[in-house]
Amino acid sequence: MSSKIDQPTQNIKKTKLKKLLNNYQLYLFLLPALIYFIVFHYFPMYGVIIAFKDFIATKGIMGSPWVGFKHFERFFDSFQFWRLIKNTLGLSVLQLVIGFPLPIIFALMMNQIRHEKYKRFVQTVVYAPHFISVVVLSGMIYVFFSNNGLINNFIMMFGGESISFMAKPEWFKPLYIGSGVWQETGWAAIIYLAALAGVSPELHEAAVMDGANKWQRILHVDIPTIMPTAVILLILNVGNIMNIGFEKAYLLQTPLNLPSAEIIPTYVYKMGLQQAQYSFAAAVGLFNAIINLVLLVAVNKFAKKLSGQGLW
Amino acid sequence: MGLLAKNKTTRRSKEDKIFDLINIFLVAIMVILVVYPLYFIVIASISNPNLIYEGKVWLLPKDITFEGYQRIFSDSKIWVGYKNSIIYTFIGTLVNVSCTLMAAYALSRRDLYGRNLIMFLFLFTMFFSGGLIPTYLVVKNLGLLNTMWALILPKAVAVWNVIVARTFFQTSIPNELLEAAKIDGCSDAKFFWKIVLPLSKPIVAVMVLFYAVGHWNSYFDALIYLNNEDLYPLQLILRNILIQNEASTQMMSDIDSLAAKQRVSELIKYGVIIVASIPLLILYPFVQKYFVKGVMIGGIKG
Repeated sequence: MSSKIDQPTQNIKKTKLKKLLNNYQLYLFLLPALIYFIVFHYFPMYGVIIAFKDFIATKGIMGSPWVGFKHFERFFDSFQFWRLIKNTLGLSVLQLVIGFPLPIIFALMMNQIRHEKYKRFVQTVVYAPHFISVVVLSGMIYVFFSNNGLINNFIMMFGGESISFMAKPEWFKPLYIGSGVWQETGWAAIIYLAALAGVSPELHEAAVMDGANKWQRILHVDIPTIMPTAVILLILNVGNIMNIGFEKAYLLQTPLNLPSAEIIPTYVYKMGLQQAQYSFAAAVGLFNAIINLVLLVAVNKFAKKLSGQGLW
Repeated sequence: MGLLAKNKTTRRSKEDKIFDLINIFLVAIMVILVVYPLYFIVIASISNPNLIYEGKVWLLPKDITFEGYQRIFSDSKIWVGYKNSIIYTFIGTLVNVSCTLMAAYALSRRDLYGRNLIMFLFLFTMFFSGGLIPTYLVVKNLGLLNTMWALILPKAVAVWNVIVARTFFQTSIPNELLEAAKIDGCSDAKFFWKIVLPLSKPIVAVMVLFYAVGHWNSYFDALIYLNNEDLYPLQLILRNILIQNEASTQMMSDIDSLAAKQRVSELIKYGVIIVASIPLLILYPFVQKYFVKGVMIGGIKG
């Protein structure tokens, strides 16, 4: 009786083992990547417990004493806290609001161009800035916006007054966002252009027959076509809202614009690696990562309810 | 259909024609906005710095001088940076591409037991990470600080590229091919090496380019993991010149007046931007289509 019940489960186990053995070479293929993710992503996720400890290098992660939420409390109580939240959120929300729609608009415009050579030329040009390194981009901002740089010379040519862009906190955000728009709008449009290329010509022909002009066809044919892509990208963007790039912000910081240029990632770097307050910086970083994860889950849920699409 | 299409173009309404004109015009303005800063860097790098300073250089280089480039080329730091960046990019890309393609191929096989779990393990790292400090401590504990491997191993695989490559393998390697090869007694490794890779040249090109540009352009890992100047990649040297204004000492030791120094340092900045971007600028027109392809393959799934 019992053997009858055991038979199928044993068989399943055997076939599983067989599958594993048959594909052992594929598992070997996976091994380097798997080791990489465990060592450089999952170890740090474990290591983040130093945020709840007073990390002492000689004692290691395990040996350091637990301190509970001490570092979080210190961060929440510090005068920097609200400023950092405001700067980080302000910068990323602004980036989203300006940087998200522009590639869509640009793709819709490009899609209307029928002159193939002109189109290809424009694409080649506008994709190029994507490949400029963040150091070079920041360097360009410094030389263009210096007191006697291109922009100020332009302003002065029209009788305006020279502006110290890099020394004014209020100019940090426009420079950050503007340079991002300059660098990425064309590149980010590729994915929408691909979606638009998939619109069946019959749809447009039918719309023309019905007397729709170009504007109406964009509204009623093109935009619905790219909506699914746009929704997915929007979720990803919102979910990464606190993950604003460290790299450019750090390069564009000057002692004078710091009141608006200090964001959580640069603060983590300075506290953790420049001042070696590992536990405190890890706590700030963890706080940031958790907000991010919560936002992503929430936005995904919201989008699913609204449009029936989500990341998972 | 051909007839219809023709009718569409001939019967364009006046409204649509105006629309087209405005559209082409606006796109042209955008092209100028993108090109002009790049063009200005080129002309500024060979113009008399005093004239740039006074705002007299707009469309053409004036009072052409190669002083900036001479000073750049006589500086050893930049060449050390160049050499380091080439080495890091080459070895780093080799590691990236082999790890990524092997993992992506394994994950593209539907008969791989546990592939969903492993895919989830990979994907999860896109949405949550331990953060800068714990990652730094891992790199430190592995003894990688101040070695080239600190720039290569912590960036060995990008999840996004695994997804792109996996999508490619799933859609372009027919299952019948695998079955036929298996009947002939071909092992998975042999199949991958002899059949999958030769059929996947475009995706290999895409991966090589994505990763290589990433290595060439990155400065942050070098900033946190290296403090030996002889190991600095080009981007970190550039940062010191462009943003920290550290060009002065070595490259301009013969100039006394502060004002002249400042102007020549601007000239050096323009030149350095060009020198650093040359490899990409040369390659870009030839490889652009592969980049675009990569984004599109990623887009199918994403």
